[in-house]
Amino acid sequence: MKLDLILRVTTKLLLPFILMFAFYVQFHGDFGPGGGFQAGAMVAAMVFLYSITYGLPAAQNAVPPGLAQMMIPVGVLIYTGVGVYAMFNGGQFLNYSVLTEDAPHAQALGILLVESGVLITVAGTFVSIFYVFAGRGR
Amino acid sequence: MNPEIISNLPALQVVIPLLGALVCALLRRGSAAWFLTMLICLIMPVISIYLLVSVLDSGPISYSMGGWAPPFGIEYKVDVFNAFILVLVSSIGAVVLPYARLSVASEIKPEDRSWFYAMFLLCLTGLLGITITGDAFNAFVFLETSSLSTYVLIAMGRDRRALLAAYQYLILGSIGATFYIIGVGIIYTLTGTLNFADLAARIPEIEQTRSILAAAAFIVVGISLKFALFPLHVWLPNAYAYAPSTVSAFLASTATKVALYLLIRFLFSIFGIEIVTDKLALTDILIILSLAAMLGASTVAIFQHDVKRLFAYSSVAQIGYITLGIALANQAGLTGSLVHIFNHAIIKGALFLAVGAVVYRIGSAEIDDFSGLGKKMPVTMGCLLIGGLGLIGVPGTAGFISKWYLAVGAIDAGYIWLVFLLVLSSLLALIYVGRIVEVVWFRDPGPNLDGVKEAPLSLLLPAAAMAAATIYFGIETSQSVGIAAQAVETLLGLAK
Repeated sequence: MKLDLILRVTTKLLLPFILMFAFYVQFHGDFGPGGGFQAGAMVAAMVFLYSITYGLPAAQNAVPPGLAQMMIPVGVLIYTGVGVYAMFNGGQFLNYSVLTEDAPHAQALGILLVESGVLITVAGTFVSIFYVFAGRGR
Repeated sequence: MNPEIISNLPALQVVIPLLGALVCALLRRGSAAWFLTMLICLIMPVISIYLLVSVLDSGPISYSMGGWAPPFGIEYKVDVFNAFILVLVSSIGAVVLPYARLSVASEIKPEDRSWFYAMFLLCLTGLLGITITGDAFNAFVFLETSSLSTYVLIAMGRDRRALLAAYQYLILGSIGATFYIIGVGIIYTLTGTLNFADLAARIPEIEQTRSILAAAAFIVVGISLKFALFPLHVWLPNAYAYAPSTVSAFLASTATKVALYLLIRFLFSIFGIEIVTDKLALTDILIILSLAAMLGASTVAIFQHDVKRLFAYSSVAQIGYITLGIALANQAGLTGSLVHIFNHAIIKGALFLAVGAVVYRIGSAEIDDFSGLGKKMPVTMGCLLIGGLGLIGVPGTAGFISKWYLAVGAIDAGYIWLVFLLVLSSLLALIYVGRIVEVVWFRDPGPNLDGVKEAPLSLLLPAAAMAAATIYFGIETSQSVGIAAQAVETLLGLAK
């Protein structure tokens, strides 16, 4: 497949910025609009862009379909894991306050961990769905 | 047991199957996934029975998710009514799962098996979650968890038509969920709360508004789609007929029952009997639709060629009995409903498990292929016969008990003619069960049955257990009726 030079270089330039912005949305979720879902969608969009310009095999080489499928349960496992950890440290399920000594800090930490789980699951799901659709008819 | 575990049991009831589903999705090996699922399905009834016993001893249990006190946070509230349903759902899971290993191995591709168990556990998570939660939006989330996993489970059937059945259910199920969430949205705007107990306290203030009636209508229609009330039942026969055998048995015994639980919860604990009967005339509508289901669906069942489809139509009819008891809205009628939720789950479980064992041996559920099967698979067909007698409501089986209470409820409400229609519907059941009995026991085995043996023990035992329960709960009713009657007292007490 012959690739347009401008397209190829622009895509490569854009990729790290998309990822950067995804992480900005993820970490800024504590203070403003944003969070794991939006960030996960952006991470997936990065893979889509790469796949559109470089082709599906190249994208699947970078992010193997097995890895993307694995990310779906792993993210939810992080989420539930935080909940269960809290449960066995004297709190209720998903009671972040007991995660560390300092309750407000623990709340922030808990949300961050849970949202990182959301990011992983959402990115994994989107990429898996994209691969299934893009792989049809091959 | 560890006190931390005891105090977290309401959450663990939902979290353990959720964790199990995730691990199954990571395992990618069918046998390991089955083993883990089996383990979880054995733990679930232990938790739910413990919850039921402690609720019976010392009153309702409230659990605040994440440490946020209700009504601001999500509350898990266990009372006699939902503990009863929790025990039902988790026990059915534990009985069905030993059956799943061979049945799934014969019907589902090896690479899909771990996904199957992941979806099964997600479905269990959703059903237990709807039952235990005390929050209207949380109930929606679990409703979708169970429905989405159900679509996948149905689509895994060995027939290509399973995909179409799942798609049909997906469309109708999503419409149902949308209606439910629109209704919840309206009451949230009106009251500013989603907590069941808080809603029940605030709804009398706004009872005069028309919006609350719209909300009630949306919620009732949405949930009715999920449990296949008569004109909204079109998804059910295909879904049950083409799903893998294990899934048919599990769904027929649990999924519709949990949606019925949610309807009863909304009608009696949240909206209150006044809105339901006086303002919306819902009980009159429900009586008509229930009768249409009992008579119409039973009549359609008589003409089915596929035994699984036949029992699916019979499920629509039996759901009619349950909604009839809800519509009567008196002590005996509602007790009849709750007992029938329980009894019908056992009866249909026995029937679908027996049919699944036949599918395992002869690869077909066509009624013509059943001819003479009584000589080849006597135990399986014995379970089928007992389940069939339960459907008719023969005294000595569980079906008789619930129909008795429904009849008493109808007389109490002053509708003596309803009793005749109940008997008429039972006669229709006699015809469709009789048709199977005739084919199975009074015909000679056809050439397709050469070399067919009795089903393997792991398929036989769950079916026999359900059949034994059908008889047990037909004779010894102190647990099923006793607990149901206690739940109804609280429900009707709240409604006053």
